[in-house]
Amino acid sequence: MTKKRISQALLIIILTLGAITMLVPFIWMLSTALKTAPETVKVPPTWIPKHMQWQNFVTAWHAAPFLTYFINSLIVTTVTTIGQLFTTILAAFAFSRLNFYGKNFLFALFLSTMMVPGEMLIIPNFVTLSKFSLINTYGALIIPWLASFFAVFTLRQTFNAIPNELYYAAKLDGSSDWHFLWTMMVPLSKSAITAIGILEVIGSWNSFMWPLIVTNTAKVRTLPVGLNAFTSDAGTQFQLLMAASTFVILPMIIVYLCLQKYIIAGISKSGLKG
Amino acid sequence: MIKQHPTIKSTLIAFAYLAPMLIITLVFNIYPIFKSFAMSFYTKYDFFTDKVSALGWANYKFIFSDPDFYLSVRNTMIFVLGVVPFSVLLSLIIALLLHRVRFLAGLFKTAYFLPFVTSTVAISLVWQWIYNDQYGLLNAFLSHFGVHPIDWLNDPHWAMPALIIMTIWKGLGFNIILFLVGLSNIDKRYDQVAQIDGANAWQRFIHVTLPLLSPMTFLVSVTSVISGFKVFDEIFVLFGGSPGPGKSTLTIVFYLYQKFYSEWKYGIAAASGVVLFLLILVVTIIQFWYSRKHVHYA
Repeated sequence: MTKKRISQALLIIILTLGAITMLVPFIWMLSTALKTAPETVKVPPTWIPKHMQWQNFVTAWHAAPFLTYFINSLIVTTVTTIGQLFTTILAAFAFSRLNFYGKNFLFALFLSTMMVPGEMLIIPNFVTLSKFSLINTYGALIIPWLASFFAVFTLRQTFNAIPNELYYAAKLDGSSDWHFLWTMMVPLSKSAITAIGILEVIGSWNSFMWPLIVTNTAKVRTLPVGLNAFTSDAGTQFQLLMAASTFVILPMIIVYLCLQKYIIAGISKSGLKG
Repeated sequence: MIKQHPTIKSTLIAFAYLAPMLIITLVFNIYPIFKSFAMSFYTKYDFFTDKVSALGWANYKFIFSDPDFYLSVRNTMIFVLGVVPFSVLLSLIIALLLHRVRFLAGLFKTAYFLPFVTSTVAISLVWQWIYNDQYGLLNAFLSHFGVHPIDWLNDPHWAMPALIIMTIWKGLGFNIILFLVGLSNIDKRYDQVAQIDGANAWQRFIHVTLPLLSPMTFLVSVTSVISGFKVFDEIFVLFGGSPGPGKSTLTIVFYLYQKFYSEWKYGIAAASGVVLFLLILVVTIIQFWYSRKHVHYA
């Protein structure tokens, strides 16, 4: 038994070292965010700031329109996620329970589009959105992301696992498809829907390339794009850059820590999201 | 299913459910695929009126005679080859350890996965600071081992390794989770049988665990390769909007971005997008072909 104990202790030591390595950038970010400017460039670097500079967060927050960026990110993430869940639930139901002409064709068509890198679609989508004069509006940030076949594919699998008997019984009771979907299927698939939703929240909040391309004023910029713009203003004031990075990262860390089990279950079930 | 065969009525109902998703995907996913291919042949194109006055192969001729494009393909390959093997191996080892540890497994998972949920822009800024040649944490740490300060982000030899290290760090947690799923799906009885037959721990790992895990190893490799081909955000932020010192981290997507967004050469950008797509397709097909021989589905 002692041999097992030693190997467990060894495992924990190795994993702890690894975990610390993974966390170092976050600790370093926080540590720098709380330093005075001279302390950030001290050699050798210090881990615990001499005097905690909490006002760095306030200074950084006011150094750029971060409130606007924050509200924009909040609006874009919320609307995108809710909208995408709505279109996903309806489409997954059609693919899982309804019979229609062209079902297999449509499914195969969507599956094959998943191979296409999204970066390739940026150019025509930019042209489309300019035609509708949507560049530099919330519309450009939200509308293209209101549907995801990846999400439909994942949810359809969860829907398929719900026994058909429930559907028959509801039909016999005279319940409509619509009613059955929202009162049975959706509540029964709560954890899958939550997982899809959270992955979309994280993806949308952190998204950079698309918002960078379709926004050109602070008014509609999201946090990552705003933070990137802030780097040229902040220059070498590392404590302010790290303070700003902290409040961009923090909301998703909170979401993750609260809803960790759904995120991991979601990735485990669907496997791909890259 | 209650009705086995579709009818016109059932089709109409189904399309009512599909409509919101269908409209968005048709406009923003399916149409642009065809449009991208078409645009890559537009040689005279007025973006404001969407009028095409000449078609041809000129865009492809341009990119295939542009040294920058070759450089971007080369850099992308180096990046993928630098990230994927290390990331797969490292996440496999950590997943194997996590699978065996009986305490604190949840806490460890949280730590390893944390980088994955964080904003690439914010975290790239943190790494930019870590890589700082004068005051950065990494050089301070390396100086304990007598290593002279390295100018990670301004030296063309070190920019790519710096990018690769950060990318491995950020993606590790995602791969670990996938490997853990694969490991928990392996029936313990295989291992027990091998143990009864007298196989030692290493033999059991090589001849039982690894083959049974191969479908997941394959999935992890394919997703890592695909996302590696599409790298952009990390580079843009780490090198302050530039493709690295001496274009040392100019990748295909960065090339596309420059042609499209900085130079407004839509046709050339679209052609590079098509090449990116074909490259990903070919590499994925090769991986699938290879997997037919080496992946064991239990």
